[in-house]
Amino acid sequence: MTTVDLASALAASAGAPQPHLVTRPVGAAIRVLVERQLDALAAGTVAVLDFSGIGVLDRSCADEFVAKLMLPREGPAPTREGYVMLRGLHDGHLDAIEAVLETHGLALVVQLPDGATRLVGAVSATERRLWEQVMVGAAAIEELAAAVGLAAEEVHAQLEALVSRRLLRRAGGGVAPLGAHAA
Amino acid sequence: MTAVITVPASLDEPQFEQVIDQLAAVPADAKLLVDARHCRFATPYGLTGLLCLAQARAARPDFVPPDDDDVRSYWARSQFFTHADGLYTLLGNVPRRQGGNSDVLLEVTPVRDSADVQTVVARIQEQAAHILTRTLDLEPRATMLFSMTLSEAASNVIEHAGGGGWVMVQRYDWSKRRVGREVVQISVADAGMGFRRSLEGSRARAVADRWDDAVALETGVVQGISRFGDPGRGQGFKGIRGYASKVDGKLTVRSGTARIAPIIPPWDDDRALRSGLTPFPGAQMNLVIPRRLAAP
Repeated sequence: MTTVDLASALAASAGAPQPHLVTRPVGAAIRVLVERQLDALAAGTVAVLDFSGIGVLDRSCADEFVAKLMLPREGPAPTREGYVMLRGLHDGHLDAIEAVLETHGLALVVQLPDGATRLVGAVSATERRLWEQVMVGAAAIEELAAAVGLAAEEVHAQLEALVSRRLLRRAGGGVAPLGAHAA
Repeated sequence: MTAVITVPASLDEPQFEQVIDQLAAVPADAKLLVDARHCRFATPYGLTGLLCLAQARAARPDFVPPDDDDVRSYWARSQFFTHADGLYTLLGNVPRRQGGNSDVLLEVTPVRDSADVQTVVARIQEQAAHILTRTLDLEPRATMLFSMTLSEAASNVIEHAGGGGWVMVQRYDWSKRRVGREVVQISVADAGMGFRRSLEGSRARAVADRWDDAVALETGVVQGISRFGDPGRGQGFKGIRGYASKVDGKLTVRSGTARIAPIIPPWDDDRALRSGLTPFPGAQMNLVIPRRLAAP
């Protein structure tokens, strides 16, 4: 796991400290900077984008930065090898991020101040229930199927979808969370 | 010959239409004198509108400031004269900026690029957050949503006006008006291309049966369609509308010959859409946010 301090990245991008992530041009600039850092990480690394030092985040900037960072890239490798998780968010950040993720049909894992995690964005009730089961330690397909009331084949397909959306990661022969689940 | 435009005694959104109506009879290249001598009250909408008026003229207009010392002093504290100085030829006694703390939540502030939006947001967060908290009874964290809204509104100028614009924020005691409580008014205005021209190349324009300022306003403000084709655009007005609705606020946007009020609260009975107004360049947004009502 590696942490990207967005306040420092923003200062580096702007050439001076500035606490607010606002406007599309600023969002695009910070995305390019963060993309470079993520591309340099080893495959499978969980990158934590830390919003702790960020004041205001507006939706336009969130769309240009967070949503476009998570959208499939053009070119031969549309999916990034690593994983992205957000932390240090306050309610204003969450409001903007959830809105733009839902617009694009995206979702992300967010780490809460106590270290627990939750899903934000566009996820179905079944996906969320499955994800939560994985977060509390369920791993076997049969166990998950019983917990959510689905056939094993359907659970398998849903887990694959969660992995392809980078909301769970592969571990051994199964899947594993990016962090601990919110109590 | 110089045409004289008389600024009404009270200059808010409805009265600014009187200013625009006077302009209708004046050729675009005619010499203009804007006479504000008898103006006694001006809101952010009025002051930013007067700056847009000058921006839109081919020849630099003359400007006569208000007669009243207190009004002139307030306009100076609002930074109106600082910016008007670059657009008008100021006649008569014009006070320069006064030192000390201003009672204006956000003085007239130019918006030309992202750095200006940063300045606007930083000023509100650092200097006015505690006043907003008290005036609107916002929870401290809710001032973030206020700043987000302000940021989106200002960003729209950069993205869609094709030139600079103006932002101003002020609070008022409207306890004797229908709303019956304190309010904060945010005005963001520009004299740029306006919604109709901004959306001229959009897909919405291509499929529209009819295309005028009213349709363009509905397309941009209500449907959240942008002239940029990439998905995810239109977040700005979506966020502004959402915030206005959530806080019982009122949002209006005027552009060209139309004016839309996509959010009309119970304390107001404005019309949702007006068309056939006297043309005025750019776009002028007004957001009024009342103090939060105490829980019953």
